[in-house]
Amino acid sequence: MSRRTVIPFGPQHPVFPEPIQLRLVLEDEKVVEALPVVGYVHRGLEKLAEQKDFQQDVYLIERICGICSFMHAQNYCQGIESIMGITVPPRAQYLRLVWGELHRMHSHLLFLALLADSFGFENLFMQTLRCREDVLEVMEITAGNRIMLTTCCIGGVRKDIPADQLDAVHRTLQRVHGQLKELGSAFADNYTVSRRLKDVGVLSKEKALELGGVGPVAKASGLPMDLRATGYAAYRDLGFEPVVEKNGDCYDRMLVRLRELEQSMDLIHKGIRMMPEGPLAEAVKGNPNGEAAARIEQPRGELLFFIKGNGTKNLERFRARTPTFANLAPLMHMLPGCELADVPVIVVSIDPCISCTER
Amino acid sequence: MSLLPSTPVTADNLLHEVALLRQKGCRLVTLTCLDTGTAHEIIYHFDKGYEMNHLRLPLAYGQRLVSICSLYPAAMIVENEIKDHFGVAFDGLSVDFQGRLILSENAPKTPMNKRCGMEIDARMLPPVGAAAAVPVTTASGGAA
Repeated sequence: MSRRTVIPFGPQHPVFPEPIQLRLVLEDEKVVEALPVVGYVHRGLEKLAEQKDFQQDVYLIERICGICSFMHAQNYCQGIESIMGITVPPRAQYLRLVWGELHRMHSHLLFLALLADSFGFENLFMQTLRCREDVLEVMEITAGNRIMLTTCCIGGVRKDIPADQLDAVHRTLQRVHGQLKELGSAFADNYTVSRRLKDVGVLSKEKALELGGVGPVAKASGLPMDLRATGYAAYRDLGFEPVVEKNGDCYDRMLVRLRELEQSMDLIHKGIRMMPEGPLAEAVKGNPNGEAAARIEQPRGELLFFIKGNGTKNLERFRARTPTFANLAPLMHMLPGCELADVPVIVVSIDPCISCTER
Repeated sequence: MSLLPSTPVTADNLLHEVALLRQKGCRLVTLTCLDTGTAHEIIYHFDKGYEMNHLRLPLAYGQRLVSICSLYPAAMIVENEIKDHFGVAFDGLSVDFQGRLILSENAPKTPMNKRCGMEIDARMLPPVGAAAAVPVTTASGGAA
């Protein structure tokens, strides 16, 4: 009879850039049960957001996450704008799209690098991070910062991208495109990589829906679910089709992100070409009074903010449900039945962001 | 004030309404708990085809609520989080973290409520085994 062992996987583990613990129950080398233990980086940001001015909250909420920070700010601004009935100028919508997609690109490249690291392909890890540097450089050129752009404000954006910088974005993305071709084949066509990822951590379409999976986790399982299809910001002008795969394993979750990188580059090129001239922001008058459930497609999936204003400068309630929080339940379903050696790859395949999850 | 369009539900018909949404193929997005100052309010957010459905449930302070884990297993994590932050007790949780999902044992109790249970600054707590150097006060003002 096999012996049961409980292994605390994390909170400090080589594959985790942030602390989280998975309590794994093993029978020999096979996982039979998994439980998440969170709370190591809980900062109480929802409470703090209620104590700050709703305009200051843009900076605070942008700092929920250090990877998809711009999209947190964008979603919050969209929520407040819907409560206050503010119409964002078209140029600002396009600028939001460009910065948002750049954030998606650097986030997906970070994911690919960490995935390569998780299965021990150090050279691929370094080459992917080198490619990511080009994307970070574009953000520095256009916004002055590599990650915390702080360019989004309620009513629009606080900074324009002049024509010469837009040309620099085009040129850099062409270079990234060439690098991605080489990296893409190393990820998608390499025999060792595919053997390591295929049929590992499988999540069926039905389970993905039942457990509330979002983003690449849901799309890799065959659910065509991407909020960009609703046409927020400038997506309605550009046309958008979600990237979908069908096997629901680690390989398909990686493939979805590889294809989304190409899609993001297309969207940025198109967005820059179609970007109209005009003002950058609408004036904000008064205080928010009402409720909104604002949603946006982050690199990891659907982000929901529930915002309630009461007519004062302080919000009555701010609630964030981040994509990794939604993907915890699918992760706990993927782990039972797998080998202990597969756990790092499966965990990384959902691209967990613990700062987002715990706020 | 413009509120989200939502369906009012009670603790008695909650499971029935959630089961109807599940039959329609809705996905549970999350739950939001609010402290209105006189009671709690829980909003259940669902999605189907990018359209959201919201169920709004008023809940008196201290009133227990049935968990929807049996219909949506993923609700377990967010219900535990609400238990940590607001002190709402759920019956039928598939895993009960006993108020320790997000918060540590020295953290303030139910910090998201308008009136927190205990005003504790964990940094002021004495080392384990030492006598209390700083009196810890409860919400009612008495020393604990």
